[in-house]
Amino acid sequence: MASAAAETPFRRIASDFADSRIAVFGLALLGLIVLMAIAAPLISPQNPYDLAQLDVLDGRLPPGSVSADGATFWLGTDDQGRDMLSAIFYGLRISLSVGVASTVLALALGLGLGLAAAYFGGKVEMLIMRIADIQLSFPAILIALILLAVLGQGMSKIIAALVAVQWAYYARTVRSAALVEKRREYVEAARCLALTPARIVFRHILPNCLPPLIVVATVQVAAAIALEATLSFLGLGLPITEPSLGLLIANGYQYLLSGKYWISFFPGIALLLTIFSINLVADQLRDVINPRLQR
Amino acid sequence: MLVYVIRRSLQALLVMFVMSILVFVGVYAIGNPIDILINPLADQIERERAIAVLGLDQPLWTQYGKFLAGAMHGDLGRSFVHSTPALGLILQRMPATLELALVAMLIAILLGIPLGLWAGLKPRSIAGRSIMAGSILGFSLPTFWVGLMLIMVFSVVVGWLTKKGRGPTQEVLGVPVSFLSLEGWRHLILPAINLALFKLALLIRLTRSGTREALLQDYVKFARAKGLTNARVIGVHVLRNILIPIVTIIGLEFGSVIAFAIVTESVFAWPGMGKLLIDSINLLDRPVIVAYLLITVFMFIVINLLVDLLYSTLDPRVRLADSKG
Repeated sequence: MASAAAETPFRRIASDFADSRIAVFGLALLGLIVLMAIAAPLISPQNPYDLAQLDVLDGRLPPGSVSADGATFWLGTDDQGRDMLSAIFYGLRISLSVGVASTVLALALGLGLGLAAAYFGGKVEMLIMRIADIQLSFPAILIALILLAVLGQGMSKIIAALVAVQWAYYARTVRSAALVEKRREYVEAARCLALTPARIVFRHILPNCLPPLIVVATVQVAAAIALEATLSFLGLGLPITEPSLGLLIANGYQYLLSGKYWISFFPGIALLLTIFSINLVADQLRDVINPRLQR
Repeated sequence: MLVYVIRRSLQALLVMFVMSILVFVGVYAIGNPIDILINPLADQIERERAIAVLGLDQPLWTQYGKFLAGAMHGDLGRSFVHSTPALGLILQRMPATLELALVAMLIAILLGIPLGLWAGLKPRSIAGRSIMAGSILGFSLPTFWVGLMLIMVFSVVVGWLTKKGRGPTQEVLGVPVSFLSLEGWRHLILPAINLALFKLALLIRLTRSGTREALLQDYVKFARAKGLTNARVIGVHVLRNILIPIVTIIGLEFGSVIAFAIVTESVFAWPGMGKLLIDSINLLDRPVIVAYLLITVFMFIVINLLVDLLYSTLDPRVRLADSKG
């Protein structure tokens, strides 16, 4: 435990989190991956989507090969002579932005609907929660597939599909947390002070509902990234102009059986490490935040 | 109980109806199948004749009305591409998907429960920790990529399993199956393992946490105090109690295995319903997409209903009384 002097909730969570070495490792790995994605244009050996920098003669070179002009392709090249390492940095950027953007939007939507359901109750609650129940009884991939079959391809469309799949998790989590908080004495006190409903909901109930939401959101970022990669791999997600990790893997699929493994293998490793590190962090966060397991 | 079954069935019908509208209207808004299905060299008269034959010139609600009337008679429209009934096309592909899903589920159950039990009984041991780390990895591995890697490792590097498709099948009661021949297994085993991994990770975690909770219960302490053998305490007292949630999850997850089969089938070119769906989406073969989605929704609703009923039968503590009315 941290020193008793400054026992803020954040400090407590941070020090409990650090108890698990593997979770700290996951957090460090995740930080590194995010950094690589943000700094992609600065650290990539080449701009993989500037056609002037590509040379078809460098196509499908194995990892460690040296190109005609002396640069080394540490992770090999794809069929168009693109450096896989650079393509992965740029792919991470796209995969992470889609994952984070869809999670933030779904969180906002689910939060709003969940709070509305808990606060108003009655018919509003029934309608919102029934829709969420029905939706959650179908696997996410099926719903996303239906939506993408309807909407077509594109960055905004896949984000819309991911938001549509995810909002229900947040709505359900917020509602159940808010229902508990709503009956607490501090809410009653706030009501006696004649505070406006908006102020009670957003300043008093909402902050107390956040911990479980943070855990769900962490898990969902990983799920969103994996789902986007799967849909893109199936050819229903992002268009070829926005090559996320899933598209890079799909691109290497046809060369796999001829032994040119690196075009699919390395983007897959990047995807795996991203999802794995997020899951490690989420696992520990759940234990730290869960009041039932508090020592 | 009867009231509950009727109520649940009516509710299921309503969900089916709403889903059919959503799916139909949604799917019929994508693209223009005329461009794909009609020879671009065809003249105007020929085009119009084809449009009339496919019924694409009528307003959307007329098309839906015809579709709904047909659906009541088991006719979900004809595939634009194959010119055969969409329902038949899907039913023909269904055994392949069901066989794959069943084998995958079986692998997950036969490995997941013992491993989870072990990890739950000895959570601090190296084996217990490794099993848990492995299950987080199982959650993190994207299914499609694992499929690719399995193909690469076993077919290209090791070279002892055949790669793609379903291979030869035998007929059992008129249904083609793969699991009766060695050659069939060589095709079946990789996609089945691929599909099983995620559920395996889930079952391990579920069994482990159930076991850990059960071990702290008084009835387990009492059973031990009575001097029962370890095997009997675990096999009878622990296992039977954790089996209830596990059975529920297995039932519910079976539907998701069928949905995830879309990915595995695409990777392994397994000729099931999922591959048919992806092919149909790419070809804008709308009747097949609609039929697939409706059949899947139907399967889900039936599975959910059965699990709910099974749950109440398995666990006498669960009473449906509060759901009556």
